[in-house]
Amino acid sequence: MDLKHEEYYVPAQSKFPLFASITLFMTVFGLGNWLNEIKSGSEGSGMTLFIFGLILFCFVLFQWFSTVVDENIRGMNSVQLKRSYVWGMGWFIFSEVMFFAAFFGALFYIRQIALPELSLEDTSNILWGGFQEQWPLMTTPDQALRGAAATVTGPGQNMSFPGWNLEELVKWLPLWNTTVLLASSVTVHIAHTALLNDNKKKFNWFLGITVVMGIFFLFLQAEEYIHAYHVGLQIDSGVYGTTFFLLTGFHGLHVTLGTFMLLVQWLRSVTKGHFTHKDCYGFEASSWYWHFVDVVWLGLFIFVYILG
Amino acid sequence: MLITCKRSLALLFATSLMLLPAIGFADGWQLNMTEGVTSISKEVYGLHMTVFYLCCVIGVFVFGAMFISMFLHRKSRGVTASNFHESITLELLWTIVPAVILIVIAIPSTTLLKKVYDTDEAEIDILVTGHQWKWQYEYLGEDVSFFSILSTPASQINNEEEKGEHYLLEVDKPLVIPVDTKVRFLVTAGDVIHSWWVPDLAVKRDAIPGYTNAAWTRVEVEGVYRGQCAELCGKDHGFMPIEVHVVSKAKYAEWIGAKKAEVVAIAEASKKVLELDELMATGEEVYNKNCAACHQADGKGLPPAFPAIAGSAIAMGELSGHLNRVINGGKGMPPFGEQLTPVEAAAVITFQRNSFGNNMGQLVQPIDVVTFKQGQ
Amino acid sequence: MAHGPAKGITRWFFTTNHKDIGTMYLWFSFAMFLLGGSFALVIRMELFQPGLQIVEPNFFNQMTTMHGLIMVFGAVMPAFVGLANWMIPMMIGAPDMALPRMNNWSFWILPFAFALLVSTFFMEGGAPNFGWTFYAPLSTTYAPDTVTFFIFGVHIMGASSIMGAINIVATILNLRAPGMTLMKMPLFVWTWLITAYLLIAVMPVLAGVVTMMLMDIHFGTSFFDAAGGGDPVLFQHVFWFFGHPEVYIMILPAFGIVSAIIPTFARKPLFGYSSMVYATASIAFLSFIVWAHHMFTVGMPLFGELVFMYATMLIAIPTGVKVFNWVTTMWQGAMTFETPMLFSIAFVILFTIGGFSGLMLAIAPVDFQYHDTYFVVAHFHYVLVPGAIFSITAAVYYWLPKWSGKMYDESLGQVHFWLAFIGLNVTFFPMHFSGLAGMPRRIPDYNPLWADWNMISSIGAFLFGAAQILFLYIVIRTIVSGKKATDRVWEGSHGLEWTVPSPAPYHTFTTPPPKEDMQSY
Ligand code: HEA
Ligand code: HEA
Ligand code: HEC
Ligand code: CUA
Ligand SMILES: [Cu+2]
Repeated sequence: MDLKHEEYYVPAQSKFPLFASITLFMTVFGLGNWLNEIKSGSEGSGMTLFIFGLILFCFVLFQWFSTVVDENIRGMNSVQLKRSYVWGMGWFIFSEVMFFAAFFGALFYIRQIALPELSLEDTSNILWGGFQEQWPLMTTPDQALRGAAATVTGPGQNMSFPGWNLEELVKWLPLWNTTVLLASSVTVHIAHTALLNDNKKKFNWFLGITVVMGIFFLFLQAEEYIHAYHVGLQIDSGVYGTTFFLLTGFHGLHVTLGTFMLLVQWLRSVTKGHFTHKDCYGFEASSWYWHFVDVVWLGLFIFVYILG
Repeated sequence: MLITCKRSLALLFATSLMLLPAIGFADGWQLNMTEGVTSISKEVYGLHMTVFYLCCVIGVFVFGAMFISMFLHRKSRGVTASNFHESITLELLWTIVPAVILIVIAIPSTTLLKKVYDTDEAEIDILVTGHQWKWQYEYLGEDVSFFSILSTPASQINNEEEKGEHYLLEVDKPLVIPVDTKVRFLVTAGDVIHSWWVPDLAVKRDAIPGYTNAAWTRVEVEGVYRGQCAELCGKDHGFMPIEVHVVSKAKYAEWIGAKKAEVVAIAEASKKVLELDELMATGEEVYNKNCAACHQADGKGLPPAFPAIAGSAIAMGELSGHLNRVINGGKGMPPFGEQLTPVEAAAVITFQRNSFGNNMGQLVQPIDVVTFKQGQ
Repeated sequence: MAHGPAKGITRWFFTTNHKDIGTMYLWFSFAMFLLGGSFALVIRMELFQPGLQIVEPNFFNQMTTMHGLIMVFGAVMPAFVGLANWMIPMMIGAPDMALPRMNNWSFWILPFAFALLVSTFFMEGGAPNFGWTFYAPLSTTYAPDTVTFFIFGVHIMGASSIMGAINIVATILNLRAPGMTLMKMPLFVWTWLITAYLLIAVMPVLAGVVTMMLMDIHFGTSFFDAAGGGDPVLFQHVFWFFGHPEVYIMILPAFGIVSAIIPTFARKPLFGYSSMVYATASIAFLSFIVWAHHMFTVGMPLFGELVFMYATMLIAIPTGVKVFNWVTTMWQGAMTFETPMLFSIAFVILFTIGGFSGLMLAIAPVDFQYHDTYFVVAHFHYVLVPGAIFSITAAVYYWLPKWSGKMYDESLGQVHFWLAFIGLNVTFFPMHFSGLAGMPRRIPDYNPLWADWNMISSIGAFLFGAAQILFLYIVIRTIVSGKKATDRVWEGSHGLEWTVPSPAPYHTFTTPPPKEDMQSY
């Protein structure tokens, strides 16, 4: 068979990469200065630079993505190029998986290796006043050693599975979170099938519902954090607080990003009528991302909450 | 051709074998790992040499083949290239042979590692704590504990004086252990990670803050053995050596007795009232030994990491603040409460308050230090 | 599409052309090599004699750290990405990289990332001083405040690497010309495909570990603080989960380069092409399960030590397969010894020596004596300098005529080789001895016991440095006034890149090349 040769679209010169690099630099340089200013309690322009840089960076990215969308609509993208985008998104998500793997790995290590080692006879008796491992870690080694004088203290309360107690379970936010997020994965899938059947109306509805659910999830998560801080579970509450907030926090950031991506796709569809069953990469990529975020949550739910 | 090739290989092999012992045992310019003075260290050395020789043999074959090929199969000799480029037999061969070699290496390695890990039934337990930049030794159950600090004078380091034989490998108070006794070290750290390493004992264990790691030794020969910290731990990582004195059991008992007596003597001395010049003289000594690494001999420090003592608000302020900083440390400064005797602490505080342009004119007595500690 | 490069500086700022971007990567990498090399020279000057000579201990630590970081992340990795940019599209008959704009972004992040890193020299507290492995808590609680900028520098540099790697995967899997099946791809493409997977898998883990540091430093978390239930050793596990694959990231593309050069000058096809592919894949796989061989002394349980020891030893097998294949490729060839070939042969020999010392390090009970001594420094310079750096040098000599259309001066090339070869061995071979004799690494001053070896090392370092200046001169001279090169360039060359004119046109393969030109060699 002889493949018909389609020209691969190599874009002409572009200002985006350089500008994206400059603004990214401004963002991190600003953030670095800001953090150091907070730490040393000094005054400076870190925050200004950070915000300024971040806005510009987002602006460049917005322009960049608009251009890509525009090129596609003008029909400049061959099937092959579209496949490149698919590969790109796929491997990007894989890299995100590995990022979370580092944090899950840390959680696993702390629970299975670090805490047991801290409670070994010699270590515990000589260094940590007879510390005994527990999870969630409510009493840190520092507390075991120095009691009330400890500087690193455990949480006042943990967020783990309350047991098979219906009354408690209903009030247990993570369960609601899980329900909402799992349901949103279903709705985004329904939207996808609708799109494949060229039912744009149904597509718009279900995509819209998914976005709303994403926002609702974030709302619940915020509630959970507020509750946590009220009962004395903070990011510096020993290693339980550390892993709890870092894992759920990074997940929350990803949900925010995913929701935003889906929102953009929804706006594109509703206001500009983008997407057909043949051409819906933007939506599909966002939905993969959404499924990925969902799977991470499942991991979190199991390892942070249920087995907590 | 095959014959030439075999012959050159054999030749190469023979010459390298003749060279190897020379590499192993040359003196003067020390080339090789020490054999050490424990059964473990000797086995480690033996395994090291075994693996080394195996590598040499493989090397002779691989490099030999390359050199022969480079010599024989060069275009300038008018050869034409053959075209073979696959052989399952060869591929299998050079997968299996190295695998067998590796198994041969793995077996003794496993046995040896198991021995290294067998810390049971030790007769003496010593808690070794790494600090920036000194070692602390605590004989568990014996009430003996002291710090061990580099004793090479700064003048040698700064090239103002001839360097001694044990330059940078000498300390003020060495670790003392008896010969032919199984000693267990529990290694930990007070600040960052250090690593306690004495090559002659083949003991290297990382000192992890907040965790303990066990290692052991049984030294067979009396003598002085030296080592260094083997994990980057900041500015003076190169300046925290280890010195182990292995003595007869009788001498060891004597030494431990003396150490215990010292504790009593220190308590006695703490009750005395000292004169200003006494305090200043001792203080300067203590300062140069313990504090100058960070705050510098001229008291100017290395800001921003290490603040100056000259004009310092703490050294010129309330005595309690000064005592607190020295005894309990601060962010980035180790606590000295355990390391310095009350006399030394009082002396160095007096010294800091009356030197480098600081003029508090104030005497701090050992008893002040004792009271402060008790008040905590 | 058919147009040539834009005029002026904007050609480089705004380009989407894989050749332009490859060129920028390569020059950037060389600049970083000189910078990292000059730090190495400061180290060698200080270590020329015992005693503190020219730098403060703290500054010495900054030199060591920045030398390691810049060489690894600034010199070797970008050089390989640059070569990938130039060569992969040409080798597989593609018009360009799959995602050309992102390609340029990957590059342009780098200068900013390194500006951020190097700028810490001029800030209060100074540059990172905790080693290129930045073990916590030295790099967290006890670090200078500038560590924040180091962390962000690593973040954006990591983003650049991930994007670069994704681009390479997409290019190789999606843009091969019709007829270029996977098992016909040149090995350089294969090794890069596998390297790119490694990058995508481990760079996020590096990002994760520096993020944990950031949290410990600024937000009071306890990842690496035992007082709160964390563990400094956790840092090392996460770091080396990245770190060990990272060292193979720095050697797999080198394997690919050498596998291209040796057959060319032996005038004989590569021996065992498919076993080379499988060996590369096995090395990559194994690289994920050996990380703790850097941590034999941290006090892991016996079982853990044994598992990591065995897994590490296993890597010798696929690597051996590669070495034997190269040797057999040379066997009964008709060899000539142009500069690229010389560098490649030196690569095989010296890398193998580095591999042998690696195997010795893998023996856990003996590593207790080697760990954190100059023996380790000798090991990794043998795999990195004659490994990564020599392969890059060989690649530049090999492909420069194709890039520039001009031939380099062969006799100068030979001089460069011998200077570098001698300089390198004089520098790094004695480190085996000082290490075995007990000299710890990362120290600014040492007992006179090791003085002789150090003095020799220092002299060698300057010789090796001089060789690099000569290299710069040769490259510039070639570009400015070299003789015109032919399209084939080398008598024994095979592969698509040699079917296009020299210099390669700005856009190659806008239509797919004929299938006859594709066969594995
Ligand atoms: C390009 C980079 C590169 C490569 C390819 C390697 C390759 C190998 N490395 Fe190395 N290594 C580093 C870069 C690299 N390393 C760096 C940078 C460090 C230090 C990091 C730091 O702390 O700063 C390090 C440190 C390091 C350590 C830790 C030492 C310590 O700190 O105590 C160990 C321990 O096992 C090790 C082992 C190995 C092994 C077994 C291989 C193997 O892959 C080698 C395999 C090759 C061969 C064995 C030769 C060819 C084979 C044959 C001819 C077949 C027959 C051979 C036999 C059967 C023996 N390396
Ligand atoms: C690919 C990586 C790579 C490369 C190429 C090199 C190259 C060199 N390395 Fe490197 N090295 C590392 C990676 C590398 N190194 C790593 C990872 C570490 C560990 C760091 C750590 O412990 O944290 C290390 C550590 C290290 C040490 C140990 C430091 C210590 O423990 O304190 C030493 C000591 O001699 C050393 C020396 C050298 C030398 C002499 C070269 C030479 O090959 C360099 C030759 C190049 C030049 C000399 C450049 C030429 C430039 C000039 C002549 C000046 C002109 C200047 C301008 C125009 C600006 N290196
Ligand atoms: C390992 C390095 C180190 C050593 C050794 C050291 N210090 Fe310090 N010192 C510091 C650091 C760091 C600070 C700042 C602590 C802080 O701000 O919390 C400091 C602060 C001080 C201060 C308060 C200065 C000020 O104005 O903030 C005094 C007084 C002091 N040290 C005395 C001593 C004495 C006495 C010794 C020796 C017995 C000593 N130090 C040894 C690191 C060191
Ligand atoms: Cu302590 Cu290095
Ligand atoms: Cu490794």
